[in-house]
Amino acid sequence: MSAARIWPKLMKRERPSLSIKILAPLVALVVATLINLLLYLVMGKDPVAVFHAMILEPFISFPSFSEVLLKTGPLLLIAEGLAIGYRAKVFNIGAEGQFIIGAIFASALPVWYPMATGQWIWPTMLLAGAIGGALWAGITAFWRVRLRANEILVSLMLSLVAAQVLNYLLLGPWKDPNGFNFPQSVMFQYDAMVPLIIPGTRVNASLLIAVALALMAYVFMQKSFMGYKLEVGGLAPRAAGYAGFSEGRAIWLSLLIGGFAAGLAGAAEVAGPIGQLQRSISTGYGYAAIIVAYLGGLHPIGIVFSSVVMAAIYIGGDNALVSADLPIAAVRVFLGSLLLSYLMAMTFVRYRLVFARQAIGGAT
Amino acid sequence: MTAPLLSLRGISKRYGEVRANQAVDLDVAPRSIHAILGENGAGKSTLMKLIYGVETPDSGEMLWEGAPLTLASPAAARRQGIGMVFQHFSLFETLTVIENIRLVVPGRTAALIARVRELGAEFGLEVDPFAHIHELSVGERQRVEIIRCLMTDPKLLILDEPTSVLPPQSVAKLFDTLQRLRDGGVSVLFISHKLEEIRAICDRATILRAGKVTGHVDPREHDAHDLARMMIGRDMPEPPPMVPSQPGETMLELIGLTYTPDDPFGMPLKDLALSLKAGEILGIAGISGNGQAELSELISGEIRLPFDDREQVQMMGEPVGHLGPAERRKLGFSFVPEDRLGRGAVQGMSLARNSLLTAHPLGLVRHGLIPMAQANDFTRRCIADHDVRTSGVEAEAGGLSGGNLQKFIVGREMMLAPKLFFLAQPTWGVDIGAATTIRQKLVALRNQGVAILVISEEIDELFDICDRIQVVSQGRLSPSLETRKTRPEDIGRYMIGAGAPA
Repeated sequence: MSAARIWPKLMKRERPSLSIKILAPLVALVVATLINLLLYLVMGKDPVAVFHAMILEPFISFPSFSEVLLKTGPLLLIAEGLAIGYRAKVFNIGAEGQFIIGAIFASALPVWYPMATGQWIWPTMLLAGAIGGALWAGITAFWRVRLRANEILVSLMLSLVAAQVLNYLLLGPWKDPNGFNFPQSVMFQYDAMVPLIIPGTRVNASLLIAVALALMAYVFMQKSFMGYKLEVGGLAPRAAGYAGFSEGRAIWLSLLIGGFAAGLAGAAEVAGPIGQLQRSISTGYGYAAIIVAYLGGLHPIGIVFSSVVMAAIYIGGDNALVSADLPIAAVRVFLGSLLLSYLMAMTFVRYRLVFARQAIGGAT
Repeated sequence: MTAPLLSLRGISKRYGEVRANQAVDLDVAPRSIHAILGENGAGKSTLMKLIYGVETPDSGEMLWEGAPLTLASPAAARRQGIGMVFQHFSLFETLTVIENIRLVVPGRTAALIARVRELGAEFGLEVDPFAHIHELSVGERQRVEIIRCLMTDPKLLILDEPTSVLPPQSVAKLFDTLQRLRDGGVSVLFISHKLEEIRAICDRATILRAGKVTGHVDPREHDAHDLARMMIGRDMPEPPPMVPSQPGETMLELIGLTYTPDDPFGMPLKDLALSLKAGEILGIAGISGNGQAELSELISGEIRLPFDDREQVQMMGEPVGHLGPAERRKLGFSFVPEDRLGRGAVQGMSLARNSLLTAHPLGLVRHGLIPMAQANDFTRRCIADHDVRTSGVEAEAGGLSGGNLQKFIVGREMMLAPKLFFLAQPTWGVDIGAATTIRQKLVALRNQGVAILVISEEIDELFDICDRIQVVSQGRLSPSLETRKTRPEDIGRYMIGAGAPA
């Protein structure tokens, strides 16, 4: 009697299975890769060369792979911190700014005491950076809790402020007097550098710290009562209010953890591969980590995998820039299409397709 | 019997493991008020969703005026002449009546207004077309919903638990409307679990139990007892025995509680006074929306008063107005909120993790970590002691029926061994069996000396279990009335704000 339905209908799944939750990001990755390869083909590039440079080389060439590991460190750190907040539905979008402030706090020590020596210096810098990031995120928490100011906007705008603070320092008080007027600080002394763990590469101990923190994040989110409280606040704010879990505390904790991790990542970047404070300390880690957190399903273990994938895209993009003549925007286009594919894939995690024909019939 | 308007033959629907409807047969005659009677979780709502095109059946067939009927959506159902009024209204509060109607009904505004007035006069559904929804009482909102359905000239109108939101006075008016509709040629499918109502108004009744039809009867030929037996599969549970008790110390006191909510649609509370002693059950009657939500959050601590006003709420003799829910629980308070999902329990979490919500101080957390063995243990005891029907501690709270989830929440809160126990709408949407169990437990607790406060819209329930009743109306609380010396009509007068009898 009713008009035949041509289009399939979306039906909510009662409970998404674990396998589809794991499958969705993988499918998104494959789809995004295919779309981009097609795009390169349209642009007249050789897709085989791009595929090789972008997808294979980061994993099969050891120098490339070591760079992937190097990039994994900050992405993993930041994403783990952000995911805790996102599960509590506290949306810290300002990890970029917290990363920069972390780098600045860490740099203060070698900039002010360039002659200091001792193995205590780099751990102190990492700690200072983490505290700096947490303080910067704390500004957002303060306004959110006190004035109900939207944390997305505040944290995002504070990232722009952080970039200007960095500019001010590099153009003024912290500029290297012997640096030919380049906006950068002095090169840091040897003890201000995080020790390398794989000889012949730039991979340093901060990767180990990131992995250790990922495990801690796992325990925190899956096993601890504090993590449980945050999760309740994210899933059912009214249930959290009913139980008496403080919303303000959840906001503070979420933002402080996110800021701490991002600040630590920023510190590890200046005390690691860069070795000085300069304008381009971040290549958008703070924003890329948002994608990493969601690609990893906001799960501490999933994020370990997604951060490696994201790092490989960065390195693969750099490779393709050189060897396959891709434009510099290619990586951004890839990240954008990856995020879109992921969001679409998530729709099919929550819903299944039902075709009109199979819904009715077989009347007894 | 005349040819049926709607026929269902062998309709089945399952959700995963749950067989919501199994081989249901149903005939709705033209010009009849047909009751669908069943406990919560019996499959009434699923059946209505199938008839209204929200869901499609797995097997079986539907006939509409003798022709096969396949519905792809509620819009298709409406085109056929099937309308539905849901338990939870779908009206925009900030818009007027006519604006809400215009959103779904095509036509010129002037013509629509005329039609609203005409339908209002014809069926006793008077409502001002230019009133904003938020100004209307629940009864008036329901009228708007019914009018909106009638605008499309349906032949069948489905009403899901329509009386559960109404005060006694409005129920009579609704019944008058339904009878006029029937006489005007519209069949009504009336979903309920209230036996007396069905006997009062329905021509036919189909009784569902666990997804299957257990009887097609004329409800006027059976007493409530028979219907209940068909509905729950055994005799009506005994009403709980009340023993006289000696009230002890005062456990809860409100002294001039005054509060203005931030929400412009909230109800400000003015100068409430109340005193509850150990070993007593005090009931708060009233039509919902008269300040119950605000009152319950002020008592639970979800809304805190400024420190200077802390004396307005006293628990176990201490001022607590400024304390949060967790701090009040430490004093021996526990609370069952009116919203089960999303407040009393977290939908997507297992029962075991839901136990942690309020029972975490009972050794379920060690060194900041959650040893799941303890939580599972606690949950297993709660499930066993309170007859929660579920697959186990791993079941998600959202998957339980309303009654079972309520038994779980009440059980969890009782296991906290409260001195002061507060329940808001404890049997809202809960089946008779579970509701009686809950009431019996409350009376048993009272006899053991627990102070119990119950907010409920069901006057019968309050008369069953309460020592005293106070009525909330327009944010004010009536004086305390002793249940034994009070008639339901007196409560009704306070409910509509008419005050004490002369």
